Order: sequence, then structure tokens, then C-alpha cells
Amino acid sequence: MISLRYSDVEDELRASVRRVLADRAPWQAVLARVESSDPYDTGLWQTLAADVGCAGLAVPQDRGGAGGSYREAAVVAEELGRAVAPVPHLGAAMATAALLSGQDCGLLAKAAAGEVLAVLALPLSTRPGAGLPGTVTADGERLTGAVGGVADALPADLLLVPANGGLWAVSREAADVSEVISLDMTRPLADVTLAGARATRVADAAPAVAAALLAGTVLLASEQLGIAEWCLDATLAYVKRRQQFGRPVGSFQAVKHRLAQLWVAVTQARATARYAAGCLAEGDPDTAVAAALAQAHCGPVAVQAAEQCVQLHGAIGFTWEHPAHLYLKRAKADAIALGTAAHHRDVLGDLLTIDR
Amino acid sequence: MRSDELVGQVRAFLAEHAPATTERLEFLRARFDAGLAWVNFPQGLGGMDLPRDLQPVVDGELAAAGAPDVPLPRVGIGLGMAAPTMLRHGTVAQLRRWLRPLWTEEEVWCQLFSEPGAGSDLASVSTRAVREADGDWVVDGQKVWTSTAHEAQWAVLLARSDPSAPKHEGLTYFACDMSAPGVEVRPLRQITGEAEFNEVFLTGVRIPDAHRIGEVGQGWQVARTTLMNERVALGGDPVPRGDGMIGLVVRKWRARPELRTAAGRDALLRLWVAAEAGRLTAQRLREELAAGQPGPDGSAVKYANSHLNQEISGFELELLGDEALRYDDWTMRRPSRRDWRERTSGYRYLRARANSIEGGTSEILCNVIAERVLGLPREVAG
Ligand SMILES: Cc1cc2nc3c(=O)[nH]c(=O)nc-3n(C[C@H](O)[C@H](O)[C@H](O)COP(=O)(O)OP(=O)(O)OC[C@H]3O[C@@H](n4cnc5c(N)ncnc54)[C@H](O)[C@@H]3O)c2cc1C
Repeated sequence: MISLRYSDVEDELRASVRRVLADRAPWQAVLARVESSDPYDTGLWQTLAADVGCAGLAVPQDRGGAGGSYREAAVVAEELGRAVAPVPHLGAAMATAALLSGQDCGLLAKAAAGEVLAVLALPLSTRPGAGLPGTVTADGERLTGAVGGVADALPADLLLVPANGGLWAVSREAADVSEVISLDMTRPLADVTLAGARATRVADAAPAVAAALLAGTVLLASEQLGIAEWCLDATLAYVKRRQQFGRPVGSFQAVKHRLAQLWVAVTQARATARYAAGCLAEGDPDTAVAAALAQAHCGPVAVQAAEQCVQLHGAIGFTWEHPAHLYLKRAKADAIALGTAAHHRDVLGDLLTIDR
Repeated sequence: MRSDELVGQVRAFLAEHAPATTERLEFLRARFDAGLAWVNFPQGLGGMDLPRDLQPVVDGELAAAGAPDVPLPRVGIGLGMAAPTMLRHGTVAQLRRWLRPLWTEEEVWCQLFSEPGAGSDLASVSTRAVREADGDWVVDGQKVWTSTAHEAQWAVLLARSDPSAPKHEGLTYFACDMSAPGVEVRPLRQITGEAEFNEVFLTGVRIPDAHRIGEVGQGWQVARTTLMNERVALGGDPVPRGDGMIGLVVRKWRARPELRTAAGRDALLRLWVAAEAGRLTAQRLREELAAGQPGPDGSAVKYANSHLNQEISGFELELLGDEALRYDDWTMRRPSRRDWRERTSGYRYLRARANSIEGGTSEILCNVIAERVLGLPREVAG
């Protein structure tokens, strides 16, 4: 049976990631960065990927990784969600999963060690199982076409592009990567255009992309859990402190009940996210159901938490100077990323033979 | 003890009490005496002081040998509430007297807590317990909504022993013999038509002091143990995926293509997701409990389950449409305990309304979560 608890090793990993983030990415720093010309914190990512070893957690040691598992990778995703850290962990993890599914090409070990940041060139809104966009074509070893709304492409060294049934590595310099003004400022998107860009085939597209999307949905659920946890904690702290009518606003039942309900939802989100990570880590036959379940549940919970966070802070929660909006934007963008909850319910219906 | 040693013990027990040739009650009594009823309970009281998570080892081994079914752990007032309360607050003599017949279901228990004037505010109960010169007690008052009182040999009873003390301090907790003179049980009919609960009139009921559970004046603390366990019990036992109310509706969906619509499918899948998330949450809570970590209140699971049941049963009626407009049976009768699956969809819908009232209303559970788990301030002193 898949354990739904956190192991001691996972707790230790969480503590070290949290320490780094507290030091390097407090929300004031995140807010300042998202408005700068350098929205991704590549220095922080270097520390996490290479020094803490986050980039290779899900990669076996004999393929150049840290030999951890997706359970640990999911704990990292939780912490990064909690901090809305502007680092390319989702893109990196999906690219790693894609490379892991194929033959070794030397690239995997470099990605796992954090030496090379490879990112899968697919729209963030790509729905698992819905087919590939097919907007890029290969002519020999040259790629031409465009992919819009790619997450984590801005700081990437390499783009992994699906075209003509293959997955191709294109160096960042050979592509035109232009930043999009994004709803989620902590994970800005880019439009990628290729005009005869030189490319190397690294894997078959279909299995690689499927593996990447599966890993992505599982890790995204943990990120959403982290977002929801931060929003709940921050709101609790605020309503205990903020006084109106001569008492803390957290003593009003209308407020208490909403937070109690949110806590129940977050508790459930934790169980589904843990289950999905556990299934993926162990290659359980239930992984597809677990991943779709986690996405169908955790996405809406993160949005609910972020919306309540804004509401229960009153006007201060509506200001640019307060971090709540960073979480709201991330939560809402995440709810669309890799398929909406409705899409994942549809997928579940097919998996469970709840027929049309 | 390791689990393979435990398996050895179970097999030795089975060798002496072959399920095929041993009468059910005799088998259950022997199982209790062998410490295989609930392994986490003390030696001599149906257990062996082992970690709770070894129980499935015993259950699996016994089931494989075709041993008679036992009541599900933690379900019901006796197993789920009275037993853990006694274990925490009772004397050894009380445990020896009550636990075995409770576990074998020879003696059914009920809960005499709620009163016409004391529901959510349970600490305001006014049933009086007056101490006689010989040390025994005489109880007078009225209880209400008492499930299974008509089948019960025993009740856990909360009564006021000192009306002059502050409300939480003047209470004492008893086990009340339901066959004692002065105990009168009258059925109360519910919105489903049947009568599962009762009102219970207590008139000059004598209770020996030996049946007091916990100290005089400590009744509230004892009652809180019962309530906590009630919420864990109502939160339910481990169920396989696709069991329970959601499984029933999914099976209907599969069997009846003519009922399907696109909106209905999404609504059903929403409920499936909620049910599965709730199921995994309960599983995670049990893992934490087994690992000895005080998981957060079972209140969360009870709260979520009751709303889920209400939504699923409401959905079932809309799915069935025309058919759901017919009810099966309004006659006043005593329900058999596990017949909800065989009843009509309307019955399930109506019965589920009680889920958010019985065992602490959802509003009260939200207060409990907000104050005890999240540390939010109390709204009013009570
Ligand atoms: C099917 C069924 C079986 C039962 N079985 C038993 C049994 O075996 N033994 C037993 O002792 N009792 C039993 N009960 C009683 C049950 O415990 C009570 O009904 C419950 O505690 C609520 O009390 P009440 O009905 O008096 O409602 P009230 O307390 O009067 O509540 C009325 C409404 O006010 C709300 N409310 C009350 N206080 C607050 C507050 N502080 N904040 C916000 N809202 C509040 C409640 O949530 C509810 O919506 C049973 C009830 C049902 C429905």
C-alpha cells in the first residue's frame, strides 16, 4: 500500500529547502524580482538544483541522478509552491521525466546534476492525453514553427521540442524566446519561434511527452498544496491579529467556519497529492487515476485558498504590496496548467469507465 | 511482537477453535479471551498491549480461515464510543464486566446524552443524579434522540450531580442498566418514516455507585472522550475505493445508459473525486494514528463525509428523475441497521440529512476545528 505520510528523510529535505527559500526568496524579494528584467531567480535555482540536489531527485543513480524519488521531488514542489519561488522547477522536472523515458543521450545526467536547464517546449496549458500541438515541423535536423505560452523557457539552456514524432533538443540561442506578460508573474511564459533551428533528436515524442505530462501533473498537485497551505497559514495569522469591533476578526463565526472548511479541503489535498506522488514513485498501476484525481482536487483547493486569503485580509489583501496576489495569480494559472480540473474529471471518467 | 509471531499465535488459536465446528458466540468469546479481539487493548481485556496497526494481521488471518465476522471496529455506540471511554476512565472491574459482551455484541449499548433542552450545548444537561445515603444514585430526567435505546441493555449516561457547580463541573458519567425500573423508552418517528431513535424517560432510576465511570463531577471530561470517539466512529472505517454511497451511484450510472447526460457525468465525477479524496484523507489519518502521531481531529473526516453523503444521495434522485418521485415505504417501523442499500433513493437522501446533525452538527464541528485545530479565538464563552 502506498504510504501517505512524510518520511523522516522527506521531512529533512523539506527543512533544508525551506531554509534556503526563507533566506533567498522571502516574498518581498519575489515581488521585487517579478517586476525586474530578470524574473527568474537563476542563482537560487542553481543552489536548489545543484547544491541541494533537487534537479536529480527522481533520476536513478545509475543514470546520473540523486536516486531519490518522486515522493521527495513532490515535497520540494510543495515548498516551492509555498514560497511562489520564481524558479524553473516544473519545466526542469518535466524535461527530466521526458529524458528519463528515452534512451540515454548524456543530456539526462547533465540535467539531473543541474548543469543544464532543459525545458519541454509545450504550452503550459497542454492537456494530458489531448494530443500534441504539431505546430513545429522537422526538416532533416532543422526545426521550424512556433509554440506559445511555454513555462520556464526564459531561463532555459535547451528546449526539448516535439516535432514529426520525435523530441528534439534545440539550444536556447538557436530559438527566438520572447517573454509574455503573464497572469502568473512568478512563472512567466514565453512564446518560442523556430526558423530552421538546428536540432538533435533525443527521444520519441509520444512516450516522452506522456511521461513529462504525468510527472508534471503529479508535481503540480504538490505545488498547489503548498500554495494552499501558505494561504491558509497566512490568513490564520492575520485573522488572529486583526481587531475589529473590539475583538480579533478570527473570532467571528462566519470567518472561523470558512477557515475550518478550507482546512478540511487542504487536509484532503494533502492526501491526494501524497497518493499521486507515492504512486508515481513506485510505478503503481493506479498512477494515472491518482494523478488525475490529484489535479481534479488540488487545483480548485489552491484557488479557493488564495481567493479566501484575499477576501479575509480585506483591502490590504487587494494591494500590490501584500503577497496574497502572487499566490492568487499562481493558483489560478496552475488551475489551467496541464489541464483544468474539468479536463481531469473527464480523464477520470474514461479511466474509471464512467461512460458518456 | 513481530507480525509473524502474531500469525503463529492466531494459527495456534485456530487449531484449538476450528471455525467450521465452533458455534459463533463461543468462537467470539474465545477469541476475546485469547486477546485477539482488539490487540491494542490490555491483556485480559481482549487484547495484548500491541500496536493498533497489528490488528489487520489478526483479522486477515482469521478471515482467511473462515472465522465468523465481527462487528466492524469503531462502529456503533458500544464498540466505537462506550468501549474507548471505559478504557480511559473506567475501573478494571468495570472493564471486566462490560467489555466482553460488548465486543461479542451480546449486550448492545446506547447513549443517553441529548435532552430536549441540551443538544449542541451538551454541558447544559439537566437530568439529575442525586446521591443516596448508601452511596448509590437516583436519576430523574428526560433524554431524547437516543438511537437503539429499544435494543440496548446498557447506556452511557451524562447527568447533573451538582446543580450549584459551574455547568461543566457539576456533571457525572454513569453506565445505566436499561432494564432497571423507571427507564421508559418511547419511539420517535423520523423523516424517513421509521423510528431509529427514541425518547427515554428516567424516573427514580437507581444506579449503583459501582456503575459510575470516572470521578464525581468529572462527567464532562469523560463525555468528551465519548464525543471524540463518536466523531472518529462516524468518520468511518477503511473502505475500498468505489464502495459506499458513491459506488452505488456509479453502478447505477453504468447499468442505465438512458440516464446519462454530459452535465450528469461531470457532476458524478465531481462527487467521485470528493469521495476518493475523503477516502484517502481517512486512510492518511489512520496511518498517522498507527504511527502514534496524534493526527488532527477525526472531526474533519466526519464533517466531509456527512456533506458528501448528502450530495451524493441528492444527486442520485436527480439522476433517476421520475423514478425518484416514488418512495418505498413510509410505515413506522424499527430499521434494521444496515439496510440503506436496499431502500429507495429517497430513503438514502432523507437519512443523509441526519449526518450533519448526529454526533455533533457540522456547525459545531467547524467550531471545534477552528478553535482546537486552528487556534482561533472563541466567539462567546459557553
Ligand atoms: C439520527 C440521529 C441520531 C441521534 N442519536 C443520538 C443518540 O443516540 N444519543 C444522543 O445523546 N443524541 C443523539 N442524537 C442527537 C444529536 O447529538 C443532537 O441532535 C445534536 O447534538 C444537535 O443538538 P440539537 O438537535 O438539540 O440541535 P441544536 O443544538 O438546538 O442546534 C440547532 C441548530 O443550531 C446550530 N447551532 C447550535 N449551536 C451553535 C453554535 N454554537 N454555533 C453555530 N451554530 C450552532 C446547530 O448546528 C443546528 O443547526 C441524534 C441525532 C440524530 C439526528
